[in-house]
Formats: sequence, C-alpha cells, structure tokens
Amino acid sequence: MDVRLTTEQRELRDAAARLADDLGPGSVLDLADDDRAARLEKAIAATGWRTLRSDGASGVEVALVVEEFARGLIDVPFVGPVLADELYTRLTEAGGPTEGSTDGVSADGVAAAASGGATVAVDGVAIDAKGLRGLLGLDGTRVLAGTVGATVEGVDLTRLTGEPAGPLTAVGTLDEETALRFRALALVVTTADMLGAARGALTLGAEYAKVRQQYGHAIGSYQAIAHLLAEARALVEGAVSVLRHAAWAVDELAAAEAVQAALVAKAYTERAARTICETSIQVHGGIGNTWECLAHVFLRRVLTSAELFPATLEEIDLGLS
Amino acid sequence: MDFRDSPAEAAFRARLKAWLAENAGKFPTSGDEYWHKQGEWHQALYQAGFFGLSWPKRFGGQELPPVYDVILDEELAIAGAPARPSLGYLAIGLGHHGSAELQQRFLPGMINGSERWCQGFSEPGAGSDLASLTTRAELDGDEYVIHGHKIWTSYSDIADWCLVLARTDSDVPRHKGISGFIVDMHQPGVEQRPLKMINGVSAEFGQVVFDGARVPAANMVGKPGEGWKLAMTVVSHEREPSTLGFSARYGKLVRQLAKKAAADGAAVPDDLRWAAVQAEMLRLHVRRRLSEQLDGLVHGPDGSLDKLLMTWVEQSVGHAALAVTGTRDPEMLHAYLYSRAQSVMGGTSQIQKNIIAGRILGLPAS
Repeated sequence: MDVRLTTEQRELRDAAARLADDLGPGSVLDLADDDRAARLEKAIAATGWRTLRSDGASGVEVALVVEEFARGLIDVPFVGPVLADELYTRLTEAGGPTEGSTDGVSADGVAAAASGGATVAVDGVAIDAKGLRGLLGLDGTRVLAGTVGATVEGVDLTRLTGEPAGPLTAVGTLDEETALRFRALALVVTTADMLGAARGALTLGAEYAKVRQQYGHAIGSYQAIAHLLAEARALVEGAVSVLRHAAWAVDELAAAEAVQAALVAKAYTERAARTICETSIQVHGGIGNTWECLAHVFLRRVLTSAELFPATLEEIDLGLS
Repeated sequence: MDFRDSPAEAAFRARLKAWLAENAGKFPTSGDEYWHKQGEWHQALYQAGFFGLSWPKRFGGQELPPVYDVILDEELAIAGAPARPSLGYLAIGLGHHGSAELQQRFLPGMINGSERWCQGFSEPGAGSDLASLTTRAELDGDEYVIHGHKIWTSYSDIADWCLVLARTDSDVPRHKGISGFIVDMHQPGVEQRPLKMINGVSAEFGQVVFDGARVPAANMVGKPGEGWKLAMTVVSHEREPSTLGFSARYGKLVRQLAKKAAADGAAVPDDLRWAAVQAEMLRLHVRRRLSEQLDGLVHGPDGSLDKLLMTWVEQSVGHAALAVTGTRDPEMLHAYLYSRAQSVMGGTSQIQKNIIAGRILGLPAS
C-alpha cells in the first residue's frame, strides 16, 4: 500500500497548474478576452492532454490535470473531449463503429472523435462543446454518435453547452463492465473538476481575507472569518483523499467497485466544494455577491459539474453486502 | 500508486485475521470494561506481534512502514475487536525529545505494554491555553518536587508513569519556563480523582493532584525549559487519526447501524448514508497520510486538518446513531455521547482552526 503520487504524476500536475496559472482567466473581465482564450486553446492543444486516455494514461493522471484546470477556471473544452476520447477508444476496442451503422451525421461525429474534436452528450445536451463538432454519448451500453449544433452560454461561465445537430444514432455497443468503467471515469473527472474549482475559490477567499481591512485590521485576523476558511481548507484535504482513491480505482478495481469509489468521492466532494465556494462568497462580503467577483464563477462550475453524472446518497453502499 | 496490500502486507493481514479469530470475544470493546482490560489487550497484541509495528527494533518495535498500522486498525474494526491502545503520540514525544538513556529505559515498556502511561498536560486553569499551566517543579537536591493539579489524564488510575509538564522557571516568558518529566505514579503525593463523563464511563478520564510528588532530575525529558517543544510534538501527533487508530471504528459503527436499520425494516436515513461517506473518506485519508510518511514528512500543522476531519466524521456517525436508534440503544447512545468529546480533546476544533488559519492558510494573527 503506497498511495503517493509518482514523480511523473507530480510533474504532470505541476505542468497543468503552470498552464492554468499562465493562461486561465484572472478576472471576470478576462472571460471575454478572446485573444487569451485563443492562446489557451493553442497551448492545451499542444499538450495533447485531451487524449490522455487513448495514450494510455490512468484515471489518476486525468484527474490531476482536470483538477488543476478547474482551479485555474480553464475556459476551453477539456472534460468533454477527455470523456469523448475515452468513449471512442472503448468503441474501437469493441470493434466499433459497427459497419453500416453510421449515416452521414454519425459518421461525421465519429470522424471528429477520431481526430480529438468531439465532446460527449449527457441527457441530450452536448457538454463542454465550445468549438467542437463531434458528439458521442452512452445510453446503457450503446454508444451513440452525432454532431454538435448551436452552442449557448449556460450556468457555467467557463464552458459552453450545445444542442445536438440532430438525433444521435447507435454506432456500437460496449460490454457492461466497460460501460460501468466509463461511468466511474465520468464521475471522477467531474469530481476532480469540482475539487479544483473549490480550491481556486478557497485561495481567492483566503487571499482576500489577508488584504481586506475592517476595524483597522485584515479581516482574516478575526476568528469568525479565519475559522470559516480553516474549515474550507480541511474539506479540501478530505476531498483530495476520496478523489485520489476513486481516480486510482477507475483502472484498478472491478468496474462496480470503481463506480462505488467514485460515488463516494463525488458525494463527499459535491458537498465540500459547494460549502467552500459559499464560504469564499461570504468572506468577500458584498463584493462576493457581485458579478465581477470570481467567486461565483467557481461556484457555477461546481454546480454544473455536480449535475453532470450525478451521485446520490441512495447509491452509496453501506457495507452490508 | 497502489491502494492494495503488497504481498508482505497481505501475509501480515492474513496472520492478523487468524489471530483475531482465535481471540474473538476475549476482550471488551467499550465502556469501563474496555478501559479496565486495556492493559491486557495491549500486551496480548504486542506478544502476538501486532503492536508497536513501526517502532525501532531496539525499543521492541518491528521497523515496519506506518501503513501496517492501517492494516491493524482495519482488521481490529472488521473483527469487532477493541481498538488499538493509543499511545503513539507519547512514544513519539519521548522518541523526539528524550535522552538516549530515557528512551532505552522507557520506550520498550511503553511499547510492549508492561508499563502503563498517562499524560499530565492540561490543568483546570490551563486547557486550550496550555502555556498558562501552574503546576510547578522545584529542584531539591537531585530531585524535583511537584505541586499542581492535572486533568483529562486518560487512565491515570492504572498508570505507572505520567508525562508531566510543570513550570521550572517563573522568571522567563511563560512558554520558556516549562519542563517535561517522567513521574512515577506509585508514590505518596499522587492523588487520583476519577471523572465520570456524560456517557457514564468513569475509567477513561481522571484528575491527578500532585502534592509533593518527587521525580529524579534525570527523568526530565530534554533540558530545563524545553517542555513546550515536547508538548507541541505530542499534541501535533495526538491530532492525527492515523496515530489514534480510531478511524476504522467509524466504518464499523456505520455497518452496525445499517444492520440495525435493516433489521427494523425502516428507511435508511440520509444521516447514515452521509456518515458512511464520511467514514470512508477518513479511511482513505489515513491511507494517504500514512503513505506520505514514507517520505519522512513531519506532521506539524497538517495534524490539525486531520483532527478536524476526524471530528466531523465521528460526530456525523454520532448523529447517524441518533437517526437510526434514537436513545433506545445504549451502545449507540454511548457512541453519540462520546462523539461530543472529539471536538474538545486533543485540542478543541476552535484551536485546530486557529492553527490551520495561521500556519497553513497564512492568515494574519489577531
């Protein structure tokens, strides 16, 4: 038993963190800076990390990059393409796409997925769809394909959603174990996304508490503020521990166990991340409730990733079986 | 990275499982009975090769990686055996700050359970503000004479030795006038006053009044005035769930509660499901922390994060107990009532938050 990150994993995490710090939006105003977003897109495309899974990377490595990108509010697609890459890889391993199953649209979608230009559909919505054409989905064990139509801004200010251009059609089937494993990975990457965003929100709040003065002192010197932030910091630590295990489990445990590990991680992290973001808003006071403060951008990202591939407490195994 | 047992770890786990099966039911797991038999339990574990796993061989340990303690705690909980006696933090304090002579004299007995220990830090007037302690030790020839009142001295009535913090110099700033001593509890001038806690247990916590107790100057841990450093080492390790060995208990309580809920045919309350998530979090958190110790990490302020997490978990489980069995089940009510102490003992949650805010988040001092 040794659950430390390897040197390579730490280096990958640090590289993702640097990229996010250099090119992620540093303010709400930055979200509208198309030149910055274009530089970010180019930099991420150059890393090849959107195809980490088809390149053989583990769930741990994918989760580390997702977490750092969310911490830096990376506002070009990542989670969507990573999951599409996973689906496409499993589809081809299963001998898909099934011959003759692709009409013009689904053929377009599959072709886009093959070249890394796809995202996934969740409940009929193309998530994380900015600039992407291909669209893959999983319905039970059936892999569906189509293309992305018009994109819109949604609740999450850092990611666009899209309408499918038309109905998705089945292009192949995965075995149940593989389909479950896809769900585990999807739960893990959305959990990593929430954790990263929560860490970003906590840093924002803690740094603000060091400089904002009231009654002649930095507000972080008051226990009422400091204790809120300390609780948030402890929640981060708990979430890191459950996520680490779930990310490892994606490739190392039986699929049903991997899903259980991921459900625990997501259920824990969802509550933790929401609390941390709410704390950040509170510490910012009135400013935290304005559109210009990044705190709500983190919160919106957390809320969105919580709803994608949701984890409910009812599904948690109580250890009776 | 691997959350699974290595072959050596799996072999250890199998041996432990077999031993626990042979000894099932021999030792009480809770209440006053647990505390009365804890010494025998400690020695039985040690003699079977399952205690003091990560300690140096010269003190009777096995020099195994810290993750073996995880296996021990997990299997104890699965078997429904009593928890691992928690004195790792005292051993660490002595191991870091005691002279070679003191270590060789006292660590083997502490680890093998032949000598029982208690911790004399807190006082009625010095709780969170430990440095305000007023117990004093005055040099008289080659001995110190101790006067003062200690509280929360766990199982002091059965202890052979007490690690006592006392003031040896009142003319220096208060943190610098404190020294640590290893005091013999079997002598005149040591008065025991048991405390009955809200769960009805009176064998765990006590008060000790030192009125002229004597301790050889050679039993001072470190140099005069170095008691505060000793105290900080001890309390920072006292805060880790991995050292306390309690973390696996929570999963066990959750499973017990799930069985009770299933037997009643009642819906499983969300409080219980949330407690299950929290308990699993702590189980995994302890694995991560103990793995990090393979890097030789010294746990300073991080122990406060761990203590806070452990407290939340224990109190979630306590609330789950109320949700499932109300006040009807004495054992579960006991678990709930005991959980209230977790946010106080070993440093209150408020103190942990002060430490996290100042030393981890870098927030300014008030």
